[in-house]
Amino acid sequence: MQPTDAAPSIEALAEGALLLRFGQVIDAALNARVHAAARRLRQALPGVECTAAYASLLLRFDPCGRGAQRHRELELRVREALLDIAPEDDAARRVEIPVHYGGDSGPDLAEVAALTGLSADEVVSRHCAVEYRVAMLGFAPGFAYLLGMDTTLAVPRRADPRQRVPAGSVAIGGAQTGVYPDELPGGWQLIGRTPLPLFEAQAAEPALLRPGDRVRFRAIDEAHYRALAQRARA
Amino acid sequence: MSVSVLKAGLLSTLQDGGRPGHAALGVGRAGAMDLPAWRLANALIGNAGSEAALEFTLLGPTLRFEQPAIVALTGAVASAQADGVPLPFWTCCHLPAGAVLSIGGMAQGCRGYLAVRGGFDSTAVLGSRSCDLHARLGRALREGDELKLGASAPLPGMQDSSIPTPLSWRLDASEWFDERPRPLALLRGSHYEALDQASQQALHQALFSVSKDANRTAARLDGPRLRLRRPLELISEASLPGTLQLPPSGQPIALLAEAPVSGGYPRIGQIAAVDLPRLAQRRPGDAVHFVPITLDEALDRLAARERALERQLAAIAARHISP
Repeated sequence: MQPTDAAPSIEALAEGALLLRFGQVIDAALNARVHAAARRLRQALPGVECTAAYASLLLRFDPCGRGAQRHRELELRVREALLDIAPEDDAARRVEIPVHYGGDSGPDLAEVAALTGLSADEVVSRHCAVEYRVAMLGFAPGFAYLLGMDTTLAVPRRADPRQRVPAGSVAIGGAQTGVYPDELPGGWQLIGRTPLPLFEAQAAEPALLRPGDRVRFRAIDEAHYRALAQRARA
Repeated sequence: MSVSVLKAGLLSTLQDGGRPGHAALGVGRAGAMDLPAWRLANALIGNAGSEAALEFTLLGPTLRFEQPAIVALTGAVASAQADGVPLPFWTCCHLPAGAVLSIGGMAQGCRGYLAVRGGFDSTAVLGSRSCDLHARLGRALREGDELKLGASAPLPGMQDSSIPTPLSWRLDASEWFDERPRPLALLRGSHYEALDQASQQALHQALFSVSKDANRTAARLDGPRLRLRRPLELISEASLPGTLQLPPSGQPIALLAEAPVSGGYPRIGQIAAVDLPRLAQRRPGDAVHFVPITLDEALDRLAARERALERQLAAIAARHISP
């Protein structure tokens, strides 16, 4: 059983939207509760779209028909469904992302090494050493905000953001790390690149990373990167 | 079965009801900015209802129809003509093969819709043909594009003719387009209470206007700068079309159809769903005045609007059976 003080606040954001807020901070344990709640509510409330963020969960539904009744009724059903969520479970998918670090793939790796006082190799090994958790997707289709980066790797964003960051770029911005799913403008420091497509609109599962996934990065060399990139294109 | 784009207009995109249900992938809903106008355009030509139509902005496109077509224009009324014949909005028109339809500027409003019987055909992405420029799904029309049309049966009552022929009846659009700007209803946002007192008053008393910095994603509003009592440190949460957020500049931003799925600015209000199509028709420079509304009132007004729309759709369908 969840202690009662852990119940989320529920706010009507719009006619067809309720926001469940579990806290106000970016924290892995809190985010894990959000994902556990999302899984439970998807089962309990068919037809309601559940979207997780760092510490909150958005429920969207068709507001027409039952009107105001629907909000109160849905709120009750949400509270009931969340009474007995397990705060953590093993349902999360595990995704490994091969990355070619440095060189043309990661033009800012040397800069990150200089800013952190670590060697480039040490930056790579610390980036690969931990398991990350997808807190939420946003910014662009398939862009995952990852929790769990080694805090010694935190570096400021670039003073001069790039107009075009290549798709697949693995980057650090502040205390966060992530992968650009498409060619996009961006101010994060680019340390490597993955050959895996992060978002394919026409695929049955368009996004490689989904909220709640557990993620690891694995360093590969340039030849391996090329081989995987060729296979991904085929 | 195709339509050639001779001039693209200012910003013309294919739009349908959008792609709900994919926010967890970072993909927003998008879809037509003025949803009732899009639905009525499809209804006027007897489409099933969810077909993609062309949404044009301020200045419409010029198109050549390579085969006979039945079309409808709705939304903000622009000057439109086909082969020299003026085409009225809010009715149904027959175009012969080879007709060149040119849609000009609008005296008021911001967005119009061109629906074609059978719908515009394109590859659907996540269940929708809507172009979402913010999410980089699809792109705006360009000169030289060829648009495909879906298959369709003839529409009862429409005469085949060698010249463009509008039907003689027109839908009364007064319910679906504001000739004079009316206030927009605003639900209180999560961080309304964090506004200082003067800003709380200004939000509902001041006249704002749509800035030049407006697109399908958001409209920045010019007017008094709004201030928080003290800065808020927020983490990213969901955002929605209709969310009125306040960035540090103090200039509120209304999120529109292509709203990002998350954001970290304070949320000072939520524009009532029933008034989002009205906001979609405000062009840069147009006035925006917010009046408060409760959630129950907003739900009632939305339900009433849906009933009115259903009645209108039924009335149009009845005309198609016995024109």
